[in-house]
Amino acid sequence: MEASAATTTRRAVPSIGAARRRWGEELIKGLLLAAALISVLTTTGIVISLLRETVVFFQSVGVGEFLFGTKWTPTFEPASFGVLPLVVGTFLITGIAMAVAIPLGLGSAIYLSEYARPRVRKTIKPALEVLAGVPTIVFGYFALTYFTPNILQDILHLKVDVFNALAAGIIMGFMIVPTVASISEDALSAVPQSLREGAFGLGASRFQVSTRVVFPAALSGVVASVVLGISRAVGETMIVLVAAGQIANMSANPEQPHYTFTSFIGAIAKGDIPTGSIEYKTIFAVGMTLFLITLAMNLISIRFVRKYRQVYE
Amino acid sequence: MRTLLALAAFGVLALGAAACGSDDNSDGGGGGGGSSNLSGSIKIDGSSTVGPFAQAAAEAFQGQNPNVKVTVGTSGTGGGFEKFCAGETDISDASRPIKPDEEAPVCKKEGITYQEIQVANDGIAVTTNKDLKVDCLTVDQLKKIWNKGSKVKSLKEVDSKFPGTPLKLYGPGTDSGTFDFFTEQINGEEGVSRTDYQPSEDDNITVQGIEGSPGGLGYFGVSYFEANKSKLNLVGVDGGSGCVKPDQKTVQDGSYKPLSRPLFMYPNEKALKRPEVKAFLQYVIDNYQTIAKDSQIVPMTSAQAAEGKKELKTAEAKAG
Amino acid sequence: MRAARSSKLRDAAFRIALLTCIGISLLLLGILLVDVVRDGIGQLSFDFLNRFSSINAKRSGIEAALMGTLWLMAVCAGFIVPIGVATAVYLEEYADNGRWWNRLIEVNIQNLAAVPSIVYGILGLAFLVRGPLSLGNVVLAGGLTLGLLVLPVVIISGREAIRAVPSSIREGSLALGATRWQTIWRQVLPASIPGIATGVILALSRAIGETAPLIVVGAATFIAFNPSGLDSQFTALPIQIFDWISRPSNDINNYKPLAAGGILVLMILLLAMNSIAIWLRNRYEQKW
Repeated sequence: MEASAATTTRRAVPSIGAARRRWGEELIKGLLLAAALISVLTTTGIVISLLRETVVFFQSVGVGEFLFGTKWTPTFEPASFGVLPLVVGTFLITGIAMAVAIPLGLGSAIYLSEYARPRVRKTIKPALEVLAGVPTIVFGYFALTYFTPNILQDILHLKVDVFNALAAGIIMGFMIVPTVASISEDALSAVPQSLREGAFGLGASRFQVSTRVVFPAALSGVVASVVLGISRAVGETMIVLVAAGQIANMSANPEQPHYTFTSFIGAIAKGDIPTGSIEYKTIFAVGMTLFLITLAMNLISIRFVRKYRQVYE
Repeated sequence: MRTLLALAAFGVLALGAAACGSDDNSDGGGGGGGSSNLSGSIKIDGSSTVGPFAQAAAEAFQGQNPNVKVTVGTSGTGGGFEKFCAGETDISDASRPIKPDEEAPVCKKEGITYQEIQVANDGIAVTTNKDLKVDCLTVDQLKKIWNKGSKVKSLKEVDSKFPGTPLKLYGPGTDSGTFDFFTEQINGEEGVSRTDYQPSEDDNITVQGIEGSPGGLGYFGVSYFEANKSKLNLVGVDGGSGCVKPDQKTVQDGSYKPLSRPLFMYPNEKALKRPEVKAFLQYVIDNYQTIAKDSQIVPMTSAQAAEGKKELKTAEAKAG
Repeated sequence: MRAARSSKLRDAAFRIALLTCIGISLLLLGILLVDVVRDGIGQLSFDFLNRFSSINAKRSGIEAALMGTLWLMAVCAGFIVPIGVATAVYLEEYADNGRWWNRLIEVNIQNLAAVPSIVYGILGLAFLVRGPLSLGNVVLAGGLTLGLLVLPVVIISGREAIRAVPSSIREGSLALGATRWQTIWRQVLPASIPGIATGVILALSRAIGETAPLIVVGAATFIAFNPSGLDSQFTALPIQIFDWISRPSNDINNYKPLAAGGILVLMILLLAMNSIAIWLRNRYEQKW
C-alpha cells in the first residue's frame, strides 16, 4: 500500500495502483492543478488591474482620509473621499439581505430535504432556482417601482424614501434564497439515510432528526451556501444601483437611501466621467478596498468552517 | 414534471429556431438597395444621450447599405473616449467636448487624430410636480436652490410669492454629463451642488419621483420631459433675457439659456479614409432632421448643419 | 406522555414554519412572474423574435440580443463546466490541505465569489479584450468574462457535491484495484453530478442576467446582425432590456412593452437551460 504522506487534516485515501499507471495519474493531477490555477490567475489579474490605478489614486488622496473619512462625495466639488458611508451601506444592505435569505433558504432546504415527497421536491427545487435567474435589473426595478410603494408604503405603512436600503436589501435577499436553499438542500440530501434511520429507530421525532442529526451532518455544505450567499450580496450591483439610491449615508437607517461599494462602481463606470480623472480612479480604490474586506471575511470563515466540519462514515 | 421539462426544452429550441430562421434583416427603414456596394464595419461608442441618435442613424444607413455592419455602444462619454483613444472605435459619441487636459493628450499619445462635429442639440428641463405651480425661475434662484451647502427647504425661501410646500429634489447621477453641465451653468463650476437630493441613473425614475411627490422638483434631459408632458409642470428658465421654456426651437437656437448644449460625434481621421465611414457621416449630416425626429432628439439648425458639413469636409481633407 | 404531546406540537409548528419559508419565496416569485407575463405576453410573436432592434418601437425586435445571449451562454458553459469540475476534483481529491498553495487556492475561490461583477468587466477589458489575449470586444471575450464571474459558484458547489460522496465508495473502488483517477471518473463524479448540476444551474442563471460587465467589455447596445462566430461583436438580452427601460417612452414610441417582452424571453430561455441541467440532476440522483 502506498504510504500517503502528510494527510493529517484529510481523510486518508490510500492508492493501490500498478506502478506503470503512475505517469498517467500524475499527468491528470497536473491537468487538474492547471485548471485550479486559473482561479489564482484570475485573482492575480484582478489585483493587477486594480492595484495600478489604486496606487495612482492614493498619490492624490490620503489613505487616512479615505479609510476613516465619513463624507463620500467624490464627484462633487469639493470632493470628499471618506469611504465609511460605503462600508455602512454595504453592511446594512447585506445584513438585511441575509436576514431574509438565511431563514427562508434554510427553511426551504430543510423542508425539501426532510419533509417533502420526492415528486414535490423535484418540482419546487427548480421553481426556486428560477428565482436565481431573474435578471438583477428586473429585481432592482421591482424593488423600486412595486415593492417600495405597494408593500412598504401602502401595506406596511413604513415611512421609507423612494430609494431606500430596506427594499433593496429584502429583494436582494429573495434573489439569494435559491443559492442558500439549493446548495444546502443538496448537502442535506446527501447525508446518508442510515443516520436518519438510526435516529428514528431510537424514537426521535422528525423535528429532532432534522435539527439534531441531519443538519449538523450537513453543516459544511450549509455554511458553504451561506458564505456564497453573503459573497453574492456583497458583490451585487444592479439592485442597489436602481433601488437603494446614490446618497452616501452614515446612519444605519434602512428607510433611507444608501450608497454601497458596488453601486458606486456601477454608477461611475457607466457615466460620462473622463477615465483619466481622479473621480474615475476612485472605482479602483473602492474595488480594491472591497476585495480586501471580503478577503479578511473569507479567511476568518474558512478557519471557522474547518474547525467545525464533520465527516461521516 | 417530465412533461414540463420537455415543454421547456422544446421552448428554447423553438425560440432559437425562430430567431435563426428568417434572415430578414429589418423590415422597414429604407427598403431597397440604393448605393449599396459599400461594405465593412463601423464601431460607434460613447454617450448614452447621443446613443439613440446614433442608433437611428445606424439603422437608417444600414437600410440603404445592407452590407455595412454598424454597432453602437453606450459606455458613457468618458468610457467612449477611452476606447476611442485606444483606437478601438471609429466614432465617439459625446454629450460634451473632449477634455483638453485629461482625454485629448491620451489620443495624441496614441496618434489618434479626430474632428469634432456637432450632430444635434440637447436641453435640460427643470420641472416640478403638477401641484407645485411655478412658472419661471431665474438662474440665480436656481443657484440658491441647488448650490453647495444650500439649505433651501421650500420655494418660499427663494421668493415669498412661491408656494411653501417642502421640496423633494431629484436629479441625474453625479457621474453623468447632465449633472456636470447643469452644475457648471447654474452653480458656476462642475460638480458644485448640494448633496441632499435623490440622484438616479435612469431619468425615467427621476420623472417618476417628481411626479409622485407633491414637492417634487428636478432636472433631466428635455426628451424625457417631451415624453411625459402631461404628467409634469415645466418651469421656464430666465437666463438674463426673460423667461424661456425649453422646446425644440428654443433649444436649437440657444435662446433657452443657459441650459442648452450641443451633442457631438468625433470621427477618427484614419477611419474616415474608409468609404463606409465617410458615407455614414455624410448620411448623418444630410439627414440630421429625420434622424433627430426619429430618436426624439432636438435637431441642429440649418446653420449648425452647414457648419457641420464644413467640419466634415475639413476632416476628410485631413484624412486624405 | 406530556413530552410526546408537546413534541407533536413542536413538530407541527416547525413544519408550518418551514412551509412558510417556501411559501413566501414562491409567492414573491409568483408576483414577479405575473407582473412580467402580464406586461410581456402581448409582445411575444414571431416578428418580435425575428426583428432587430429599431428606433421605431413598433418595428423593434430582439433577434440580435437573443442570439447574442445564446452564444454567450454556450461559451460560458463550455468554460465553466470543465474548468469548474476539474478544479473541484483537484481540491477535493488530490490537494493536500497541509500545503499552503492549496489553501491559497481555496481562499482565492471563495474571495472571487464576492468580487462585484463590474470588476470582472474591468478584468475582462484589461486582459481578454486588450492586453495579453487581445481578443477585441467579441463573443469569446464576453463569454469568458461571464465564465470567470460565475466559475466560483460551480467550484464551490462541485466541491460540496464531491465531498458528500461517502468515502466507503472510494475505498471500495480502490480495494478492487482501480486507480485514483478511475475511482474518480467512474464512481465519484457520477455520484456528484446532481450537486454539480445545481452549481451549473445557479452559475448560468446568474450569467444570463448580467449587464454591467458586458458593457465594460464592449458589448454593443445597438447591433443589427447576429454573431457569426466567436469573433463577432454582440449584444445580450439584459443589455437590450436595460436600454429599453431607460428610454423615454411616449405614445408614439412605447418601449416599455418591449422591455417586458424581452424579460419574458429571457426567463423562458433560462427555464429551458435549467431544464437540461435539472434532467441531468434527476437522472443521476442517489440516496446513500
